[in-house]
Amino acid sequence: MLKTYFIEFSYLLASILFILGLKGLSHPETAKRGMHLAEFGMLMAIIGTLMHHDIVTYTWILIGLAVGSVAGLAMGVWVPMTAMPQRTALSHAFGAFAAALVGISEFFKHGGHLEPVMMGALGFEVMLGSLTTTGSLLAFAKLQGLVRGTPMTYKGQNIFNMALLAVTVGIFIYLIVMPGSMPLFFTMVGLAFVFGLLLVMPIGSADMPVVMSLLNSYAGLASAATGFVLSNKVLIIAGTLDGFSGFILSILMCRAMNRSITNVLFGAFGSAATTGAAGEQQGSMREVGLDDIATQLAYANKVIFVPGYGLATAQAQHAVRELADVLEKRGVTVKYGIHPVAGRMPGHMNVLLAEANVPYSSLYELEQINPEFPTTDVAVVIGANDVVNPDARDNPGSPIAGMPILEVDRSKSVVVLKRGQGKGFSGLENPLFFKPVTGMLYGDAKDTLTRLVQAVQHA
Amino acid sequence: MTSDTLISALYVFALAAFLGYQVISRVPPLLHTPLMSATNAISGISLVGSIVTAGANYSTVSTILGVVAVACSTTNVVGGFVITDRMLKMFKRKDLVKKD
Repeated sequence: MLKTYFIEFSYLLASILFILGLKGLSHPETAKRGMHLAEFGMLMAIIGTLMHHDIVTYTWILIGLAVGSVAGLAMGVWVPMTAMPQRTALSHAFGAFAAALVGISEFFKHGGHLEPVMMGALGFEVMLGSLTTTGSLLAFAKLQGLVRGTPMTYKGQNIFNMALLAVTVGIFIYLIVMPGSMPLFFTMVGLAFVFGLLLVMPIGSADMPVVMSLLNSYAGLASAATGFVLSNKVLIIAGTLDGFSGFILSILMCRAMNRSITNVLFGAFGSAATTGAAGEQQGSMREVGLDDIATQLAYANKVIFVPGYGLATAQAQHAVRELADVLEKRGVTVKYGIHPVAGRMPGHMNVLLAEANVPYSSLYELEQINPEFPTTDVAVVIGANDVVNPDARDNPGSPIAGMPILEVDRSKSVVVLKRGQGKGFSGLENPLFFKPVTGMLYGDAKDTLTRLVQAVQHA
Repeated sequence: MTSDTLISALYVFALAAFLGYQVISRVPPLLHTPLMSATNAISGISLVGSIVTAGANYSTVSTILGVVAVACSTTNVVGGFVITDRMLKMFKRKDLVKKD
């Protein structure tokens, strides 16, 4: 009896500490302490669980804990910040897979004969867990470059996917009403695994921030459903927090692109079908010399850097910081404008720049920085494209019309660092590159920035 | 599952959802990546379910599934917290940055 109280108390403590931990994340100064609270809560919950009266042997538990700790530690210590989106996708897959496995094992334990409510919760857990596992693995493969990042589409894709989902849900409902069929249960699990792949297949790399958030949400809700199955309240609380966090992030990401979640999921944005609407561009792109830009930067009053995914691929975050340091030493005001969907996951750019020792007070959100562009001498766009595309503001016929952008074209001069003359991930033409204020600097961003540092020092 | 446990579980779910919305809306975009890895680590609490499954000796299949689930969840808990800590250490105030 005392033991049961201790276990339940450890869960209650963990729940409270998790909430306090997330509350700490409202400011960088309180975040670290918050996370330590959450970590302590987790430890208490695990110790409590180890006293559970159903446990008869510890060997397997310890093996699992050891394997997981080694894998987790290796991942935690060695994964570079640029690979954070891939790492996160992988951990969504792990979390969801664990939930699915616990669900399947519960189904076995009861020989498939579960009362309707229980089967409902378990079905949700297993379906969400399975589809999130494969969906996240495919997202991982796309982010890691193992699979092409462009949307994979075919005729009748949406109808096929919907039909598959309908069959899966149909089996689920049948199992609630008429429980007990193993073959049907496993068909449902298999279909959910396939559906996860089909769901992520048509989504392009540029939409990854939304997909990551959604998968985050599904993985959390799968955990919450596990809590219903096991009648475990800490699981319900933690899963729900995770699920809602992902859900809120999905909404924020969609809003930052002025698109609906359905459009992101089923629109196959960035495939050939959607890119025809862009108008013909007038004029030509103006390539500028490195030394000219160095002089402009050296004698500017205010410079704003606008990073995009290209910063991550070129690993150029340290080079940007060096350039900023040199400029600040000369008395130039340097700021960074961060678009919510720049990069491949929410907050991607902030983490990269923080890694390069940029103080967080120099990182500005879209709404804060936009009024500052008209008084900015040089805006430096580093590997960003769609988030600075003025068509979103000026051309109602554009596929990205209405998407809030960083209005770099309002500044006195714009420099775009770009790998080559190709289009962005969405495949859209960007009129910014053709404007008279804009100069293009082609080449690897890291290399260009390093050379700019030297040039500014000699200016 | 009795109707009482279901109802109380639904209460917990609804309140957690409400609280989660309040708490998470206050997280600035600056910290959205750490938020994602932190919530990921926290939802690794499904570990408590997997541990019981792995150690209870219900059946061989259950034990195998349980052990794999324990390994997966532990990877998330340990990896998630380590990475979150690593990231949060990088976010520095302006006056603390120049010293290194």
